[in-house]
Amino acid sequence: MQAIPWWAREGFWAKTAVFVTALSFVILIWLTFDTMKQIMAGSVRVPDYSVINQRISYVADDERGYQVPKIGPEEPLFGKKLTEEEAAALVRKGKLVIQGRNCMNCHTLLGNGAYFAPDLTKAWLDPAWGAATIREQLMVQFLMDPTNNARTFGSGRKMPNLKLTEDEAKAVVAYLKWMSAIDTNGFPYNFKPIPQGGE
Amino acid sequence: MTRVGVLDSSNLTGGQRLAVKYFTVALVLFGAQILFGLLAGLQYLKPDFLYGVLDFNVNRMVHINAMVVWMLYGFLGSVYWLMEDEAQHPVVGLKLGEIAFWVLTLAVTVVVLVYLFVQYGPGDIKTIWFINEGREYIEAPRWADIGIVVVVLVFYFNVLATFIKGRFTGIGGVIVLDLFALAGLYLAGMFFTPNISIDQYWWWWVIHLWVEATWEVLVGAIMAWGLMKTLGVSRRIVQTWLYIEVALMFGSGILGLGHHYFWIGTPDYWFEIGGFFSALEPIPLVAMVVHSLYDAGKHHMKSSNHPALAWLIAHAFGNFLGAGVWGFMHTLPQINLYTHGTQWTPSHGHLAFFGAYATINIAFFYLAAQQWRGNVYMGAGIAGAWRWKWALTLLSVGVLGMTMALLIAGYEQSFIERAINGSTWAGYFEAQNHPWFQQAMWWRQIFGWVTAAGYLLLVWDLLAIGAGETRTATRVGHESEEAEAGAEAAPATA
Repeated sequence: MQAIPWWAREGFWAKTAVFVTALSFVILIWLTFDTMKQIMAGSVRVPDYSVINQRISYVADDERGYQVPKIGPEEPLFGKKLTEEEAAALVRKGKLVIQGRNCMNCHTLLGNGAYFAPDLTKAWLDPAWGAATIREQLMVQFLMDPTNNARTFGSGRKMPNLKLTEDEAKAVVAYLKWMSAIDTNGFPYNFKPIPQGGE
Repeated sequence: MTRVGVLDSSNLTGGQRLAVKYFTVALVLFGAQILFGLLAGLQYLKPDFLYGVLDFNVNRMVHINAMVVWMLYGFLGSVYWLMEDEAQHPVVGLKLGEIAFWVLTLAVTVVVLVYLFVQYGPGDIKTIWFINEGREYIEAPRWADIGIVVVVLVFYFNVLATFIKGRFTGIGGVIVLDLFALAGLYLAGMFFTPNISIDQYWWWWVIHLWVEATWEVLVGAIMAWGLMKTLGVSRRIVQTWLYIEVALMFGSGILGLGHHYFWIGTPDYWFEIGGFFSALEPIPLVAMVVHSLYDAGKHHMKSSNHPALAWLIAHAFGNFLGAGVWGFMHTLPQINLYTHGTQWTPSHGHLAFFGAYATINIAFFYLAAQQWRGNVYMGAGIAGAWRWKWALTLLSVGVLGMTMALLIAGYEQSFIERAINGSTWAGYFEAQNHPWFQQAMWWRQIFGWVTAAGYLLLVWDLLAIGAGETRTATRVGHESEEAEAGAEAAPATA
């Protein structure tokens, strides 16, 4: 019987497994610290919550080869400019409503979730709302009574009535506006945003 | 006294009796997964079906949660099943383990009832604590999260203490370290933040580092034990393979996490890291196929439990095909830009979860059925063997059929919605309404029914297999034990 070569021994592979795992994990932790810095609200990639006071558009970036969000002039949501704290509270409320109503088991947000209903990453910028001036009101109406304001696009799929109050619907709209300002590396690609005038 | 061919709990050890409880609940939840999957699938075809009563989001949530939970029940059961044999010691703290099982099962029942009958709550933190956390796969409310952590800690104590009191094998060591990581990672999903980029960053720690890292390693260890039991493969060989697989799995899977960080607001260096390491992820899965087929061939397919071995082989192939090939197909960012958030993902998800995890759990259900009937004979020529063969065939064909149908739907969606229409809502619905998409969804539903038929047959077979059989199981392992002794002696004499 021949001796087992070093590269086929249990001990060698046990040590390799521990080393590789530990090294990978250390690298992941290090990258996590860097990523966290870059995705805090108020960073370059993920804007402050008060961005909902401004116009948000999605424009081509020739250098990067895809579209990126662009923060434009002042354009407060529901006609009222909010302080940073008020905006943060409203967006927080919007996220709580989105989680509490289980939106992600029909929709995707940033492409994650279920596939029964459209992606919401750029819902704020979707041309389906017709005109930028009326969209926030249409969105609130739709969210509060999606059965009677159904937008099925011929699919027969209707959003169920999840009994959102007006405050909850407005918070969701604020959330969607804020989310549309996140730099998602060009996802969704080749998106055709709603015309907002002056672009 | 052993009673062959009769379902008798006295044929089982304490740990095995607890394992069987976990397996029973797992099997029930597997049925729930299929049932709610069928309901959700039908809503694609008939959108008014159960509208306003059990909407798609509820059915889909129960579908995926039942899946996650039955997999976990299967894993916990499998570890209880093999632990005493592996550690050569009775389970330490078995009574505590029993209590933990009942607490967990009660909690799961309450969570499901709340999902079904309460469904959603107002937009405040109380909803997250008591109704629904609203985050895919980990929707369980916070109170249940804490309960799960407590139960898992009890389980972890059982495992650790048993191996410490008994003996620490390579398989035992991998299980103990892996379960520590698996339990710890769950904590990464237990917080609320309004910032969706941070939310999804940590959410993927739970989801990806479970299913593409710690779960894979856990089933690798369970598989190693399974191959020793069913084929009599030598411990030295399975453990060396296990370490290789751990190195490859964690070496690719931990940083492969980056393939979920392409589009959620995270920096673009994840393109390179995620693309490169996730492209390596299929390698350990190839190794597993080679390993199991080599072992099976070397032992001339002579096994102590034919259905279990067949499901272990199905696991090796299913893991490679579903997790490896189907994952690789859309993992590079240049492709994922178009496929992310389309039916490509469920195509991959269905085959990967079935191939990697359902299969190996079912293999252990058969090991349990065999022992429960007094280590009954389960080799060639058993009565009613058509049942397990058809259950395996129908389940595999059903899931493969759903996978192919969803892939076609995914292709169509990527082209029409993404590439042509730029992902607007109008583009989304144009793709959903397209006859090719609709046809694919009908085929998915048909293969869903095939899967359901396979499940019913599986349940029948697990209840009936070995009944009335008087022979005991074929003994395997003599040759390998001798070979092992020879191999271990070799370095000293070389």
